[in-house]
Amino acid sequence: MSAGAAKALTSSRLQNHFELFGLAPAFALDAGALERSYRDIQSQVHPDRFAHAGDAERRASLQWTTRVNEAYRILKDPVQRAKHILDLHGVDVAFETNTQMPTDFLLQQLELRQELESAIAKKDGSALDALRRALANSKKLLERQIGEAIDSRNDHGGAADLVRKLMFLDRLHAEIDAAYEEIE
Amino acid sequence: MALLQISEPGMAPAPHEQRLAVGIDLGTTNSLVATVRSGVATVLPDAFGRPLLPSVVRYHPGAKVDVGYAAQAKQAVDPKNTIASVKRFMGRGLKDVAHIENAPYDFLDAPGMVQIRTVAGVKSPVEVSSEILKVLKARAEQSLAGNLSGAVITVPAYFDDAQRQATKDAGRLAGLNVLRLLNEPTAAAIAYGLDNAAEGIYAVYDLGGGTFDLSILKLSRGVFEVVATSGDSMLGGDDFDQRVFCWAVEQAKLPPLGARDMRLLQMKAREAKEYLTFHGEAPITAKLSTGDVVDLSIDTETFCSISQTLVQKTLGPVRKALRDAGLTVEDIKGVVMVGGATRMPQVQRAVGEFFRRDPLNNLDPDKVVALGAAMQANVLAGNRPQGEDWLLLDVIPLSLGIETMGGLAEKIIPRNTTIPAAKAQEFTTFKDGQTAMSFHVVQGERELVSDCRSLARFELKGIPPMAAGAARVRVTFQVDADGLLSVNAREASTGAEASIAVKPSYGLADADIERMLRDSFEHAKEDVHARALAEYRVGGQRLLEATRSALAADRALLNSQEVELIEKAMGALEKLLPGADHRAIKQATEALSRATDEFAARRMDEGIRRALAGRKIGSF
Repeated sequence: MSAGAAKALTSSRLQNHFELFGLAPAFALDAGALERSYRDIQSQVHPDRFAHAGDAERRASLQWTTRVNEAYRILKDPVQRAKHILDLHGVDVAFETNTQMPTDFLLQQLELRQELESAIAKKDGSALDALRRALANSKKLLERQIGEAIDSRNDHGGAADLVRKLMFLDRLHAEIDAAYEEIE
Repeated sequence: MALLQISEPGMAPAPHEQRLAVGIDLGTTNSLVATVRSGVATVLPDAFGRPLLPSVVRYHPGAKVDVGYAAQAKQAVDPKNTIASVKRFMGRGLKDVAHIENAPYDFLDAPGMVQIRTVAGVKSPVEVSSEILKVLKARAEQSLAGNLSGAVITVPAYFDDAQRQATKDAGRLAGLNVLRLLNEPTAAAIAYGLDNAAEGIYAVYDLGGGTFDLSILKLSRGVFEVVATSGDSMLGGDDFDQRVFCWAVEQAKLPPLGARDMRLLQMKAREAKEYLTFHGEAPITAKLSTGDVVDLSIDTETFCSISQTLVQKTLGPVRKALRDAGLTVEDIKGVVMVGGATRMPQVQRAVGEFFRRDPLNNLDPDKVVALGAAMQANVLAGNRPQGEDWLLLDVIPLSLGIETMGGLAEKIIPRNTTIPAAKAQEFTTFKDGQTAMSFHVVQGERELVSDCRSLARFELKGIPPMAAGAARVRVTFQVDADGLLSVNAREASTGAEASIAVKPSYGLADADIERMLRDSFEHAKEDVHARALAEYRVGGQRLLEATRSALAADRALLNSQEVELIEKAMGALEKLLPGADHRAIKQATEALSRATDEFAARRMDEGIRRALAGRKIGSF
């Protein structure tokens, strides 16, 4: 392989996390294949391999491992993975700026948040558990819909709407987890 | 899984030229050093065959320092100059240390880290720790009959950046080449996992003398992956002693105690605690300098009830780690118990009840961390043959962030992110013509900056004057494989760049380390120049070797011009190495390092290409 090709490899991989792991850019993910590929690459570039090498190699190892970890983190997480695919297609999810959500979804969110607040007020751990389980189911459903929109229908605009919903649920999830610490 | 390694003849020495590498468990109560000999990890004992070194340092007037049992024996006689549990003070300010009123030392509140006034002068916890490390280094070099090539030092997984930096500084101060800071529960998982060929998800419950860690790991052949970690860096066996001590003071209706009596009674409390592990009742007897006689007896039931809240306190982090990992108790295949404090029956019982299974106790809880660290040191030194090493994936325990408007902390890298990790965030100016921006780096989970740990403050100057909001300041957080953070800020919108790299304010500057080295008696005898020359020679030689073997393996990645440039830099360094100009050697080494930057990057790409070779690239 020529030096020029090696350089090109680096820059193209900076664009597409799926390519880094040799995976097709689909929302439906073969988690096993991703994990194997991640580990194979890490076993090549991880700083533990270069603890006794020269500075340049240690630096390169640090940079690569950092990048591989970041790509892995993004692909493992459904929201981040979907955002990345949409990015590759030039679609911005615009979570911060696009606040338009269907009314029924917002009402449902409001209800869930009220349940969360009352669970905290009552220090009710099992109510939090129930909320967490229900949320996990809603998330799964949304993820399936995102998969269909991206992988089957190529409907990136529709997928972006669904991803925004999923991000709402992720926030709630984080709040529930924080609530456990509050009541413990 | 067979782990591939970029073929590097220089990195896999033949057995007779194995690099001497050790693992060091720098504990709150005891410290140990271990190494791998003929493929087996063993703890190196002292001349009397004792494996543990009590983490106690006694300063005498002048330069004499006792470390270990000799110092421990004098705790009650010379409490102000005999420092125990110094790990509690590492990277901590005066107000951060719990029960500081019960520590019989003369503290000085220095910026960043607390200091202790002794008969031999003011000592920082870093210096005290380095005394312990020096003894372990000498012990290892004596029993291995050679100079150490490197050491892995373990730290509690829940240690924050300042505590880690302080530990690494102590290693450097002791003259160790610190190959890696390794999290204690992770070290234990390596030792346990390799010993038992364990596969699946395991929890490591590590209750040491002063710290508590809970890590959840996914173990599969050749890979140790930390999924989540949690803990309390201010909770350990010492706190159980403290409860017994307070109980005794109350029962015996003692007046406020002097330093000696306090130390004496604390030691008696510890002895009673240890005795209760195997007996239903323990005596606490002491004759105090005031003439008061303490003659008490504590039973298991009383001990359990006065320490119950401590045991319960460990379960919070356990639940948190499970939630962070997205797991339940049913997913955990086994719970590995680590740390001397897990010997207490009430701890065993509580953990067993929580996980609904008997905890795993088949490794010595005092030694397992040092053994795992030795195994990892052996890998890092390159002593494991190709294909027989393993991959270790660890995480940061606490979120890293930056202060934003209104005293709020904005998380940049969330906790449990796999390291090494980096994240960049853009900030902008809020006033017209603003030429400087200040940053405050914090660590912790709370929303308010005042509830988080302050790691560093720095200012970026030299921003070209622009309209408010026009400057683009990119702040990059990089966490390395030791879990240590460096922060870099750069303004790039006009092409004019300014950048600064910061070390946490608790870390010592290189100049501090140099001064301490000069101050320390041991090194004063050495010729500073000879030491520098020897160090730079070794560094230069190592880089030459690494470059040679890299060229031998992957010359094809370079064109002839590039090879020529590298060979020229090699030749220059080679010529200087036998000389006595340590500065010239350092410069030539740096020049060669720069010349091989691009080559190293390409080799890394090549390694990845090889890892993916044969794998079907998905259709696009």
